[in-house]
Amino acid sequence: MSKISTYGKKYEPKSGVSRWFDERLPLPRLMHNSVNAFPTPRNLNYWYTFGGVLTFCLITQIITGVVLSMHYTANSELAFGSVEHIMRNVNYGWLIRYIHAVGASMFFLAVYVHIFRGLYYGSYKAPRELLWILGVVIYLLMTATAFMGYVLPWGQMSFWGATVITNLFSAIPVVGGTITEWLWGGFAVDNSTLNRFFSLHYLLPFMIFGVVILHIWSLHVTGNNNPIGISVKDEQDTIPFSPYYTVKDAFALVCFLILFAWFVFYNPNILGHSDNYIEANPLSTPAHIVPEWYLLPFYAILRAIPSKIGGVIFMFSAIAILFLLPWLDTSKIRSATFRPLYRQFFWIFLANCLVLGYLGSQNPEGGYLIASRICTAYYFIHFLVVFPLLGIIETPKPLPESITKSVLEKIKTKEIEENK
Amino acid sequence: MCKSINLSKTRQLILSLLGIFFLITSSSTFSIAAGEGVSKVKEQDWTFSGVFGYYDRAALQRGFQVYKEVCSSCHSMKYVYYRNLSEPGGPGFSEDEAKAIAAEFTVIDGPDASGDMFERNAVPSDKFVSPYDNEAMARMSNGGGLPPDLSLIAKARSTERGFPMWIVDLFTGYQEQGVDYVYALLNGYKDMPSDFPLQDGMNYNKYYPGNQIAMYNPLSVDIVEYADGTEATVENMSKDVATFLMWSAEPKLEARKKMGFKVIIFLSLLAGLLYFSKKKIWARLDH
Amino acid sequence: MSDKETKETNRRDFIFLATGAVAAVGVASAAWPLIHQMNPDSTALALSTIEVDVSGMEVGQSITVKWRGKPVFIRRRTRDEINLARSVSLDDLPDGLARNNNAANTAIATDENRSIEGKEEWLVMLGVCTHLGCVPKGQSIGDARGDYGGWYCPCHGSHYDTAGRIRKGPAPTNLDIPPAIFLNDSVIKIG
Repeated sequence: MSKISTYGKKYEPKSGVSRWFDERLPLPRLMHNSVNAFPTPRNLNYWYTFGGVLTFCLITQIITGVVLSMHYTANSELAFGSVEHIMRNVNYGWLIRYIHAVGASMFFLAVYVHIFRGLYYGSYKAPRELLWILGVVIYLLMTATAFMGYVLPWGQMSFWGATVITNLFSAIPVVGGTITEWLWGGFAVDNSTLNRFFSLHYLLPFMIFGVVILHIWSLHVTGNNNPIGISVKDEQDTIPFSPYYTVKDAFALVCFLILFAWFVFYNPNILGHSDNYIEANPLSTPAHIVPEWYLLPFYAILRAIPSKIGGVIFMFSAIAILFLLPWLDTSKIRSATFRPLYRQFFWIFLANCLVLGYLGSQNPEGGYLIASRICTAYYFIHFLVVFPLLGIIETPKPLPESITKSVLEKIKTKEIEENK
Repeated sequence: MCKSINLSKTRQLILSLLGIFFLITSSSTFSIAAGEGVSKVKEQDWTFSGVFGYYDRAALQRGFQVYKEVCSSCHSMKYVYYRNLSEPGGPGFSEDEAKAIAAEFTVIDGPDASGDMFERNAVPSDKFVSPYDNEAMARMSNGGGLPPDLSLIAKARSTERGFPMWIVDLFTGYQEQGVDYVYALLNGYKDMPSDFPLQDGMNYNKYYPGNQIAMYNPLSVDIVEYADGTEATVENMSKDVATFLMWSAEPKLEARKKMGFKVIIFLSLLAGLLYFSKKKIWARLDH
Repeated sequence: MSDKETKETNRRDFIFLATGAVAAVGVASAAWPLIHQMNPDSTALALSTIEVDVSGMEVGQSITVKWRGKPVFIRRRTRDEINLARSVSLDDLPDGLARNNNAANTAIATDENRSIEGKEEWLVMLGVCTHLGCVPKGQSIGDARGDYGGWYCPCHGSHYDTAGRIRKGPAPTNLDIPPAIFLNDSVIKIG
């Protein structure tokens, strides 16, 4: 038992050196209090391990990215060849590039789980509004980084993806054309565009890192939400982050890594597009342009609207509306566990997003177009109508008294079932 | 407990709705992909598919022969070096053989001390010599069409998989769309409908999008003579050259698959250990 | 009771130790590709041998060729230069070793051990000062050649003689001699 009790205690410098350090720069104290001793609700389930997974993804992308940039050449004449050089000649270059490329997809997979977990358990509600908003900022930066990263190999999909997305800005009235040329540094996507995208692709991850620190800081002020959504009432409701959640997160991370490894070693190209193994050709567009899978729902929304500027507005609104979510949801109850109606709508919303993603990969014609209009409409209705209305008409289930009580009850039911 | 029952009911509902949706849309997917007479590409058996995939050295060497004697008169392979032919995971030529193969080709080097470009025999550190000096010359020699570079062709082509195969592929590791397509294409110069509006200078192909391809049928029986006695049928030659093109697109495939197996075994072991560690640590809370 | 507790502690500790050890092995193995990627890649290794045609070189002429990204000095020496190099007593040399990749590591720095075997006219060496890596002067006509008539490094004043041996200045060793052989009368293979 003595071992356990050393965890969870506030930091106490043990030696003269650490006391000297603590008085000047209390970094070990900060690390101890925020990692080791941080009081965490005792009932977090595996959906809560994705914060750790995401931290791992970010660090992996930064490390492999720095390494790749040692061999990559950001020049429209040389970029495609330099990626092939990495794949063929650099020691373990194929491994590092596949980790980076698949890593982007894994990062988004994890971030979507993380976001939907937040939606299900109401993690965006007071007092965690800022925590949520910072998360949306991270997500926005991630999409920008991923988009620019996809341009760098300078394949056909890179080039035409860049052309289509930068052309979105030309929809802005009056100044659209000027802004687009400014983005390009020319009259089309070209060498200067590639150079600035490379520069920004290198910069943005460090900005993400900064916002992640704010995100975690904010988390440590408000404390974790938890699956039943009831605030922590006393010390009994919490356990120290280490070792309980460090080991749980580590286990979840390694399971996630198995999936990651499956894609890197056995399916490295399935999440990309074969056209990106054809060098960019500004004179010929591929038959079928699609973004990476993680941006497909937004692409579907863009194409569902029959006007250029309208499509752009709706697409950006689809992300921007997440910023308002803490105030659109009028329910006082956080967790969907106690909101029978919201729970149904949550699954409908999730399905709606998956269908939007599928529609984004199809040609916007006939039934697909009608379906993507219906799904786009539902996407916005979910935020603008369902969220505000549910809080008013829904009768929540009775809440447990505290986290500890709910945990103990669960253990009891489990024991009764086992005895049967 | 009623909670979980409720959940699964909702999930069932959503899942069945999703299922119906995909079934409806997938049928129309097929009609788009297979529409206008393009045949569906069939999956072939390849030694390099799956978790324990490896290249058949003899097939790679025969495939190289087909490339060298047939394809290379129009198609470049500018990302492949002669030295690659003797590197591990490749066709398994010896270093001397690779040197001899390279020496059959002439490259332009220079300038020399007097400022002139000069010709010399290729060496293993040279890239495969291209049939044309530049794109304009390639187009001129091919009636305006540009024969694509073949280094990456097996990854740069794909086939429409449709639902549910694109989901199944995530779990089976099917990465042979491109090479299946190459094989199909080389065997697809047949069965032209009598009323097909073929344009001048074009050729009918079952698998090419639009069914009209500028490339004439490159393979015919015994167009090459295999040293190992393999019959030079169109099927054999296209299978060999497709294997060779898969290797040229993915020369580190063997190393990748071998390492992947070790990595996944290792991670599973670590996951198991962490699972028991987690159980042990969390058991402290039960009291 | 206490017995049971110790047993449990042991088992628990074993699992923790094993987990930690396996995880450490994983981190270490993952680090290797990240380190190894900085080593020379296969294009660099493939270029590690070059062949130089020297049939057009006159006596007293020097050329510089690039090998592995570094300059290699090839000099067809005059009779005077050879005689000058051979007249030096080994005791006067700051570095007594030949530094020749074609000879044993312990070979002494005689002129015979520095020039190409059987072709004493020919001196092939890396044109990289052994002090801090500058390229010494002495290849072009009119260059400063130092006090010993060979090469002179302008960065910190190292003087090399007509066999490329260090004679004066901060450089610690003689100029390195790469693997080099005559394939026939006119072609030298370096590397």
